[in-house]
Amino acid sequence: MTTVDLDSARTALADACGEITDATPADAVDGVPAALVARPGSTEETAAVLRAAAAAGLTVVPRGQGTKLTWGRPPESADVVLDLSRMNRVLDHAAGDLIVDTEAGALLSDVQQTASSAGQRLALDEPIAGGTVGGMLATNASGPGRVAVGTARDLLIGVTVVRADGVVAKAGGRVVKNVAGYDLGKLVIGSFGTLVVVTRAVFRLHPVPAARRFVSVPFGTPEDASRLVQSVVHAQVVPAAVEVEWRVDGAGTVGVLLEGTPAGVEARTASTRQLLGDGASAAEDAPAGWGVLPWTEEPGSTGLKLTCALSGLAPVLTAARRAAEDAGIALTVRGSGGAGVLYAALGADAPVEALADVVTRTRAVCTEHGGSLVVLDGPPAVKTAVDTWGPVPAIDLMRRVKEQFDPERRLAPGRFVGGI
Amino acid sequence: MSGMHGTETTAGPVLGDTPPEATSATGEAGDNAAGIAAVGRVARELMPETGVIADPTQLRTYECDGLAHYRVTPALVVLPETTEQLAAVVKACSEHGVPFVARGSGTGLSGGALPRADGVLLVTSRMRTIHEVRRADQRAIVEPGVINLDVTRAATPEGYYYAPDPSSQQICSIGGNLAENSGGAHCLKYGFTSNHVLGTELITPQGDVVQLGGLAPDSPGYDLLGTVVGSEGTLGIATTATVRLVRLPEEVRTLLVGFHTTDDAGAATSAIISAGVLPAAIEMMDALAIEAAEAAVHCNYPDGAGAVLVIELDGASAEVEHEYALVERFCQENGSFELRLATDAMERALIWRGRKSAFAAVGRISPDYIVQDGVIPRTALPEVLRAIAELSESSGVRVANVFHAGDGNLHPLVLFDGEKEGAGEAAEKVSGAILDLCITHGGAITGEHGVGVDKAAYMPKMFTDDDLDTMQLVRCAFDPGNISNPGKVFPTPRLCGEVPGKRKKAHPLVEAGLADAF
Repeated sequence: MTTVDLDSARTALADACGEITDATPADAVDGVPAALVARPGSTEETAAVLRAAAAAGLTVVPRGQGTKLTWGRPPESADVVLDLSRMNRVLDHAAGDLIVDTEAGALLSDVQQTASSAGQRLALDEPIAGGTVGGMLATNASGPGRVAVGTARDLLIGVTVVRADGVVAKAGGRVVKNVAGYDLGKLVIGSFGTLVVVTRAVFRLHPVPAARRFVSVPFGTPEDASRLVQSVVHAQVVPAAVEVEWRVDGAGTVGVLLEGTPAGVEARTASTRQLLGDGASAAEDAPAGWGVLPWTEEPGSTGLKLTCALSGLAPVLTAARRAAEDAGIALTVRGSGGAGVLYAALGADAPVEALADVVTRTRAVCTEHGGSLVVLDGPPAVKTAVDTWGPVPAIDLMRRVKEQFDPERRLAPGRFVGGI
Repeated sequence: MSGMHGTETTAGPVLGDTPPEATSATGEAGDNAAGIAAVGRVARELMPETGVIADPTQLRTYECDGLAHYRVTPALVVLPETTEQLAAVVKACSEHGVPFVARGSGTGLSGGALPRADGVLLVTSRMRTIHEVRRADQRAIVEPGVINLDVTRAATPEGYYYAPDPSSQQICSIGGNLAENSGGAHCLKYGFTSNHVLGTELITPQGDVVQLGGLAPDSPGYDLLGTVVGSEGTLGIATTATVRLVRLPEEVRTLLVGFHTTDDAGAATSAIISAGVLPAAIEMMDALAIEAAEAAVHCNYPDGAGAVLVIELDGASAEVEHEYALVERFCQENGSFELRLATDAMERALIWRGRKSAFAAVGRISPDYIVQDGVIPRTALPEVLRAIAELSESSGVRVANVFHAGDGNLHPLVLFDGEKEGAGEAAEKVSGAILDLCITHGGAITGEHGVGVDKAAYMPKMFTDDDLDTMQLVRCAFDPGNISNPGKVFPTPRLCGEVPGKRKKAHPLVEAGLADAF
């Protein structure tokens, strides 16, 4: 906010939306201080705020509950925090059609509660509790259940967005099957607020399974972990989740979630125990830490997202452990071995250079196995010093998309890949 | 409107001699002659003689896709064998401002691969290599011309298959599936092409080769892959697809259930879904569609049925057994009078043959027909079916109904005799009115056949100008010159501002008075 005058900005925004307040230190976005907070109550007010921001030359960072605002890079500036928490209504639950229509500021837990009244659910895990639909979409957050049902891109069927120039647009609709026009929903998922502001979303729902069971088995080496995961995914037990946890002391667990009918789950549990061998045990409740992002358990640690082809599991685990040990940094890994998406925590207070080295070495192995490594969350000093997003294929095309949607770089500038 | 089939004469009497769209969709023969000659030279340098077609008679064999009443002869056809060749030809098109259209097997039902009279048709039928079946990764990497069913054939020995299964799966190509985001009977449970393509090597409309996605999910950056899948060839051409392979289920049960009315069959469908059962497929056919299927393939569906459901359950045996019991009960409770369970692969194939041949089978009971493709919320099914019946009655136009009941994707087949004066127009009217019904019930104008050239004019009924304009921002990012399958999907092209590189004069659409720059 160096080139604009705060008073005139406030006046401009006040006409757009009733709720404009001065930002407090708590409104800073990943350490970047904000000037104003706008809390629109509708898509129209959101559009008006963006038009006013455009006219006044202000940068805008969308926010839901702010639970994942430190993911990605800090924005270059955050003149206005666009807080969607007033737009928190679950608008329509058409149970017979298995869809839910919701405002972007609605809590994911409220959506789940609404859906559960008809024995349904939005089949998306919430790795960090308390977040909104919009925040989940912006960060493409997912959890163990992605093995069976996928992620937001597999569930979002309609979206209403406001462009940086204040134009309101929608894509998709309210039916599960629909190929009319471009699927803008997929484009905005995981865009970290840099493309448009999502104000409304329609999702397909799934029935809540009548029964679930967790089967767990310890493993010693990455090769063991890989062998166990492979044995489950190539069997016909239809796992809902195949998790791998590799704790800081090197002890590991493979966990399999089975969901379905009581009789079906019982039979599949028996098959899965057989596949996993001696030492496998079954439980009704989720094991401790199930689906929890490891860096959220240790303040100050650095959070990584590692992806690879399923066959890359052992090499990636091995590389990460070796690099962390060489650097003298504690490492915990937890994630979906069955989907090839792992999360890791690198211990707090690690020297930044050593940490950067772990990232570089591990990233090389992820890339070799068809995946990537992103430093998703961490202390500002770490994120400044490391290449958080890493090399991104097709970055030129992505820049051109950004250029079309937000040529003035108004929305969350610098938060995303390649400085987008 | 929509897939029109029948005798050669259909195109003439029904729709007249001119293509139904303005030349903005099809181009003018003779335009871009110098550019096309230049592209032809590049192509001939790179590939064998048989890979470049300029002979007018041969060109005519490519004049339409599966929607045969739109016909445009392309100026040039190129059949590349490699990514490098394809990229070089696209680059030449870009340099000379020549529009191009990609085509796989040409089975599309919305005219998405309708050629341009002033452009090049790029046919991928010589790119049919399955590069890899990676069992450990549950992926296959294939070229765009690979036939859908061949992916499953390659994966089956490993215990896997490729889930999206459009009815044309024996001949349609993966590249075409990717462009159209093809569905199929089993997408109720398993999703569409977009849920099964994890990566693609894309040739951009500038001729650059870029990798989107890959073996692992969640590539960092914008999900361009998710936008490219289903963009109907307007954002570039895929030269490889990395697809998800799905483990073959432990058990499959295919049921054929006879009902007296479509209302009963619809109620059974709702009961099944409401109980939390997610079958792999629930397909419905009404009496007229059954009659046609019987005439064509003797599938031996239940006598006197006003509707049949084809229901397929798959998964772990213990689950399937439980679901089967529920399905049986819900069918009986809703008035089914016959339920047959396929006991072997042959019986299963026979049940499916009736359903999968339904479109073509209608040719047995009507000389001409239109294949419609619309979507409604499943709960609106009884109401919409009644409205379709009323439309049919009041207009005297027969409509056979075949559809994916589980997800509300309707395929009404509107029957007519093109020899009778006015019959084609009447059928068109009914077909269009059915789409209006879909829109007013909160549905969509296409569930799997695509917009193509056929439904571009319907897009403004479903989307505002701002919606369409916003979608086209993506197009402007990928294809500022508007040369990649121009005239499809969007009724009015958005002009993209400054085109990097070549174009010196005003945009041809502006010159022709067909579009305003905005």
